Amino acid sequence: MTHANYQALNYLKESPSQTAGPYVHIGCVPTFAGIEGVYDDPGREMITGDAQGARIRIEGQVFDGTGTAIRDAMLEIWQADAAGLYNSPSETRGQADPHFTGWGRQPTDGETGTFRFDTVKPGAVPWPDGRMQAPHISVWIVARGINLGLHTRIYFDDEAEANAADPLLARIEHTSRVPSLIAQKIDGGYRFDIHLQGDRETVFFDI
Amino acid sequence: MSDTAKSTPETGAFFARDLDWHPPALTPGYKTSILRSPQKARISFDNSIAETTGPVFGHGMIGELDNDLTLNFAAPGEGAIGERIIVHGRVLDERAQPVPGVLVEFWQANAGGRYRHKKDAYLAPLDPNFGGCGRAISDENGFYHFRTVKPGPYPWPNGVNDWRPAHIHFSVFGQGFAQRLITQMYFEGDPHIALCPIVKTIPDPEAIDRLVARLDMNATIPMDARAYQFNIVLRGRRSTLFENRLEGN
Repeated sequence: MTHANYQALNYLKESPSQTAGPYVHIGCVPTFAGIEGVYDDPGREMITGDAQGARIRIEGQVFDGTGTAIRDAMLEIWQADAAGLYNSPSETRGQADPHFTGWGRQPTDGETGTFRFDTVKPGAVPWPDGRMQAPHISVWIVARGINLGLHTRIYFDDEAEANAADPLLARIEHTSRVPSLIAQKIDGGYRFDIHLQGDRETVFFDI
Repeated sequence: MSDTAKSTPETGAFFARDLDWHPPALTPGYKTSILRSPQKARISFDNSIAETTGPVFGHGMIGELDNDLTLNFAAPGEGAIGERIIVHGRVLDERAQPVPGVLVEFWQANAGGRYRHKKDAYLAPLDPNFGGCGRAISDENGFYHFRTVKPGPYPWPNGVNDWRPAHIHFSVFGQGFAQRLITQMYFEGDPHIALCPIVKTIPDPEAIDRLVARLDMNATIPMDARAYQFNIVLRGRRSTLFENRLEGN
């Protein structure tokens, strides 16, 4: 018998991920899947009242390695309110806007592959060392064929100065890839396309 | 733990994810992954506040039948067809601490292996009394449970003759967005587990075993429903007591 267990590190292992599969809508956005009367799709509305800040719409598509838009993906976003506060118990810097959830969930359209979020422009929030980050939105993407949800971020092309000073964007060695994280201003909002592979592959994060 | 300590939200960064334990992005045996797997290195960074915070859902959002798939889509007086089961377990973190108040969502095929989804064209019939979705919020000790019918295995277009083991999909929130997880639960003893290209995207057999729910005769309700226990582990957090962070976090 060894004594090894007397000082074992008794951590559990995280449950391993499995793909969300083609039917993720049933569990996550049931009314989108045509299942009525059980419950509404959580995260469909991020603005629940008179939220502060500029209303924006963000739309885009998720492209596979052939450039085909994925029509069975689901995206979630998480962001600060217009004042830079998160609507979360772990937000200790202040009280976030009670009329803004900060969390949204949308499927890509079954025909066009387009996703669309109606939200507010987030305020700036600090990096762990105290420097301010450029305004951004965290994004998580799941779909059939994606084995572990993909994390990325949306920054904004009308925040060039803040983007240039952003500590995370500055960490990306291949600066030619930074534009993959920046949403383009279009009529009525912003366009943010996600490329899973290829020359234009979006920067994904290990967080 | 005192009430005060319990009510103080944790703000520490999450432990780094063990990417050798999770399935890699590119798993050619699961063909769809080939064109949907990023090829460039992920950019790693220690959590900022965007990752340590996350949405939290109140128990008030949960309807009475949300955690009963045998009834929540059924006509009055009817119920879903199939083997009646209870799935129960705890949501824990890597420190083996319970994670209370987290939204757990689940979806599955019916007892014949057919999903209520316009893209599922399998021969097996729909059950008019089965929708296939449910949800629960973990209690103060991390426990969750729901009733359902055991889903059937089904064929899927990958190889010529690939079948999914019976499984239930799980989507789990934690207390931070970095904990977000989707996975699948399998049933002890199913010979399809070892054959499935999606299961085999997970490289470590021990990791696969963590997704196999055990028959739990102690929680089985006599003359009603058998129980399966399925515990879910989310990423753990570092203690901020160890840290010497600058103002602003």
